Amino acid sequence: MSELEAFRAEIRAWIEANCPEEMRKPVQGEDDICWGGRNFVFKSAAQKQWMEVCAAKGFTVPDWPKPYGGAGMSPAEAKVWREELARAGARPPLSSFGIWMLGPALLKFGTEEQKVLYLNQIARGEIRWCQGYSEPGSGSDLVSLQTFGEDKGDHWVVNGQKIWTSYADKADWIFCLVRTDKANTYQGISFLLFDMTTPGVTTKPIKLISGSSPFCETFFDNVVVPKHQIVGQLNRGWDVAKYLLGHEREMISGAGGGEQTSTIGKVLARGGLDDPMLRAELAQFDIDALAFAACGEKFLDEIKVGKAHPAKPNMMKYAGTELNKRRHELLMAAGGSTALEWESEETRGGAPARSWLRTKANSIEGGTSEVMLNVVAKRILELPGA
Amino acid sequence: MPLYHTEDQAMLAESVTGFMADEGGIKKQLRHWRDFNCKDGFGHGLWKQFAEMGLTGMLAAEADGGLAMGHVEAGIVLAEIGRNLTPSPFLTTSVMGVTALSEASDDLRGRWLPGIIAGETVLAVAIDEGAKHKPEKIACRAERAGNGFRLTGAKDFVIHGTSADAIIVAARTSGSDSDADGVTLFAVPKDAAGIGHNAVRLVDSSMASHVRFDGVELDGSTVIGEVDGGRALLNKVLSAGRIGAAAEQTGVGSGAFAMTTGYLKTRKQFGKLIGEFQALQHRAAHLYSELEIAEAVVIKAQQLLDGGSERAELMVSVAKAKAARVCNLAVREGVQMHGGVGMTDEFDIGLYMKRERALTEFMGDANYHAERVAQLSGY
Repeated sequence: MSELEAFRAEIRAWIEANCPEEMRKPVQGEDDICWGGRNFVFKSAAQKQWMEVCAAKGFTVPDWPKPYGGAGMSPAEAKVWREELARAGARPPLSSFGIWMLGPALLKFGTEEQKVLYLNQIARGEIRWCQGYSEPGSGSDLVSLQTFGEDKGDHWVVNGQKIWTSYADKADWIFCLVRTDKANTYQGISFLLFDMTTPGVTTKPIKLISGSSPFCETFFDNVVVPKHQIVGQLNRGWDVAKYLLGHEREMISGAGGGEQTSTIGKVLARGGLDDPMLRAELAQFDIDALAFAACGEKFLDEIKVGKAHPAKPNMMKYAGTELNKRRHELLMAAGGSTALEWESEETRGGAPARSWLRTKANSIEGGTSEVMLNVVAKRILELPGA
Repeated sequence: MPLYHTEDQAMLAESVTGFMADEGGIKKQLRHWRDFNCKDGFGHGLWKQFAEMGLTGMLAAEADGGLAMGHVEAGIVLAEIGRNLTPSPFLTTSVMGVTALSEASDDLRGRWLPGIIAGETVLAVAIDEGAKHKPEKIACRAERAGNGFRLTGAKDFVIHGTSADAIIVAARTSGSDSDADGVTLFAVPKDAAGIGHNAVRLVDSSMASHVRFDGVELDGSTVIGEVDGGRALLNKVLSAGRIGAAAEQTGVGSGAFAMTTGYLKTRKQFGKLIGEFQALQHRAAHLYSELEIAEAVVIKAQQLLDGGSERAELMVSVAKAKAARVCNLAVREGVQMHGGVGMTDEFDIGLYMKRERALTEFMGDANYHAERVAQLSGY
């Protein structure tokens, strides 16, 4: 225990000495997040500096092994790091699908060469990844995907279309599910990695009800992918995909302390609450948010020691996203007609309404709430015929 | 501290789970004493077995012969009590009563703790006045009389009131009814002159008493802690009772849930197991999710309480409110998914519904605690 406390003191002092003041202000919106990548434009010198000092110490991915760009922290130490970041109000130095999704999959399924190359790039914020999963005809029924990679000896030629590819227009590389055997459904998919600048790759942003375009359509027209860019075995990409989905669901759930776990009553009551019904709803929400935060903490603690049920991320994703939708319904209700403003300065360009609309995708992306409930019923509750 | 049980706690859980299933099961205890119309509503033999298991004094200090454990450990016992609907005086005696006595004089601790630890003594706690929990207001008065006090007033919802060897009473010794200060806790022996009981059986077959104190003469040695300065201790007793009841509710909820999913896997209609129907699968999966969240926030609050955290009070109310809502959902879904047999006395699922209702009211329902969460959060 004392060793951990010494570690805590060390981390606390390091954050104090190295985290720029500007990086200790709460993230206001999407463009405050540091995503990294070849084309990323840092919002400020402080944002760049914070990412770089952290990357140099392996703190962008604290629990990854040192040879792969991490700091080699134990689960307990990584928890201390998160707690101390939160305590200082410090922003995450780097956020990316590479850290949350591809990284864990590579750690489990990647070759040594792949780990050294790709994980270090992710840890240093050099390469930004996107995820090629859904297709126009394959949403919840993901395994029916049709994008095909034709075997050409030392490479595949990939043709097809992905949809809902988050930030495909900003990403450098894609991890992509490609059918490599048309005769098998589950065991006919491979997990391929390729550069988004490869000839034949095009992206087209999709405008959402929130007015923004975080998702794209992504088209592959005779895209050449070398054979060494496969993760895991040929035709066994579904194993990698499922493993990665677990991490994606964990991420969307906000188990690590996303916005859905923060209470809203006190903030909204600042100007006085003269609506007792709203006050009651806020209290109910705060109870659920604090309880869910405890559940997220417990879930992460259990994952680290292998105590969590492997299908638990599905439950967390379901509960976390439904909670976040409710949170934004309440924020809109509390905001009244002001929250309706789409372009005003007061609302920073309609941030409340746009965020509210954006959250509606939470219970669709990465597996719908209904699919999550199906998985829980089948794999955790073991109900018949599920 | 990670939010799961330590090795020691897991060992305790294992032994308590077996013990409660074997000795505290529904048929052996709850139905037996109910059908026998037992005036205590629980079995003294089982209480003695609690002592043999080392459970009765788990929260008492080692110097007093206890095990100096915390609310996480007490919660392990209460969750199993909940799962088996085991009638026992554990919560009022070993959790709330022992918490109250932790600040009592050597004499008073010496008077009651050995019997509690031996499984021979039962305590009740008298806080509520009226049908709803509102301990901010205490009207029951103890006025100075000679070297002692004269206690006058009424208390309601005193669980095990008539079975108890002593009742821990929160009384007003100065100020007006709603003052924070001026509250004193007393350990009132059952044979004190002037105590009147109106004992009633509750929906869950437990026994509660409307207690009247009609000028009960108490000597100074019955005072727990400081005269007029009992509010802080009362809050400790309340927190202990609330987190204990929340832990018991998670046990009730998961017991009902296990029974219900078991039924979904055996009952056939339309030529199918009813658990094959997606309408029921989704409701069961949602309930599972809620139960996981409730269990997590309960252990979180237990740890904070044991660690003396300043967030403990808030999180205890969050846990009590969440456990109440979730346990309520579990028993309602349980009866509905059992269909017609869920309405029969023969099936146990209805017993879970009854127990849930009583536990929800005990030490503040979900609305009471939601109000507290708002207040403690500053709105």
